Amino acid sequence: MVTTNLTTNVRKVNDKVSIIDISGEITRHAEERLSAAFEEASNNGVQTILLNFAEMEYMNSSGIGLLIMLLIRAQRQGQQLMAYGLREHYAQIFELTRLNEAIQVYDSEDDALKAAAVTP
Amino acid sequence: MSDVESEGHKHVHDRNEMTHWAPFVPRLSAEQGPTGARNINLNHRRVVSPLQGFGPLWQKTLRVRLEGVSATPEEIIALWKMKFPELQPQDSHFYPSIAGVLPGELMWIEATVPPAPGLPSILPVATGVLILYADETSFTVVTPEGHPVAGLNTFSAYTDDDGTLVAQIDIQVRTSDPLYELFYHVLGTAGDQDRIWMHVLEQLAGLYGVHAPIEVTKTLLDPRIQWRNARNIQYNAGIRTVFHIAAAPFRWIVRRRGRRRPGTAR
Repeated sequence: MVTTNLTTNVRKVNDKVSIIDISGEITRHAEERLSAAFEEASNNGVQTILLNFAEMEYMNSSGIGLLIMLLIRAQRQGQQLMAYGLREHYAQIFELTRLNEAIQVYDSEDDALKAAAVTP
Repeated sequence: MSDVESEGHKHVHDRNEMTHWAPFVPRLSAEQGPTGARNINLNHRRVVSPLQGFGPLWQKTLRVRLEGVSATPEEIIALWKMKFPELQPQDSHFYPSIAGVLPGELMWIEATVPPAPGLPSILPVATGVLILYADETSFTVVTPEGHPVAGLNTFSAYTDDDGTLVAQIDIQVRTSDPLYELFYHVLGTAGDQDRIWMHVLEQLAGLYGVHAPIEVTKTLLDPRIQWRNARNIQYNAGIRTVFHIAAAPFRWIVRRRGRRRPGTAR
């Protein structure tokens, strides 16, 4: 059985904002773990979920599909997804695939939290 | 995995991740197309993911189990990339660039589609796709503005838990505009699109002497119609292709008149 090389950690900033710290690889094997992290991060009235990609080592094209699935779940729950910590290469992938039109990308956690109207 | 191994693993990704992905371009550049392709609906188009589509978002997985085949996933994908055009049904022509199935390259498409289920494929559509990602065991194409669907198709091969080789197509798409949505889900030609990919997997399996059923699963990820993207119809490759074909006589007349001007060489 193929195991995922993805670890996640969920941090609650406050009642409205959560952060999912992503480490490792986002491939199709990461669906279950990423989905579980999103479930945890998005419950109890959270309005904004920040995806922290600073420790992400690798993402293949299946990762784009997984992020789209997360985005759809967020949108259907009336929530917003934001991202930060992307290396330039992956920031360009977000731009090429126009994922950045729906998931706002920031340079740092502070910038993302400010955009989410949270005092860092 | 030890720290040394994990560092090596990370280093491999650092070195390779750039080459697996298409470089960023704001718009596709398709000044010249391959012989046989009209090349009329690719140049200057932007890439579209499912987020920029119109109709409900579907996720489909088609797979075929290659029982008894002793190849590796890498060999399957290498063959799939090489023979991609040949595996298509006869009303769907794919024209890779000279470089082939590599990240950042384009693949032109000349297809005819039925106006309704059961009718012959007579409506022409000239479009294409961008090779968004390619590694040794998979490759992904993404569609441009005007293509019938907005989204991603990933072609992959892997070894299942029981050791059987599997070839798989993962599709995550919305129809691009209201007209395509009308054809696909109101008139019901979406099934014809699924049959194209089933045909591809059957042909691929046939190369290895395997005749197995194609397993298909479909999930409706988002039933909502994105009405704000109805304006995508301005890029509709089907409409533009029909007009392009209808205007062929006029283009011929203009070229002919250009050659007959005084001082112009015949």
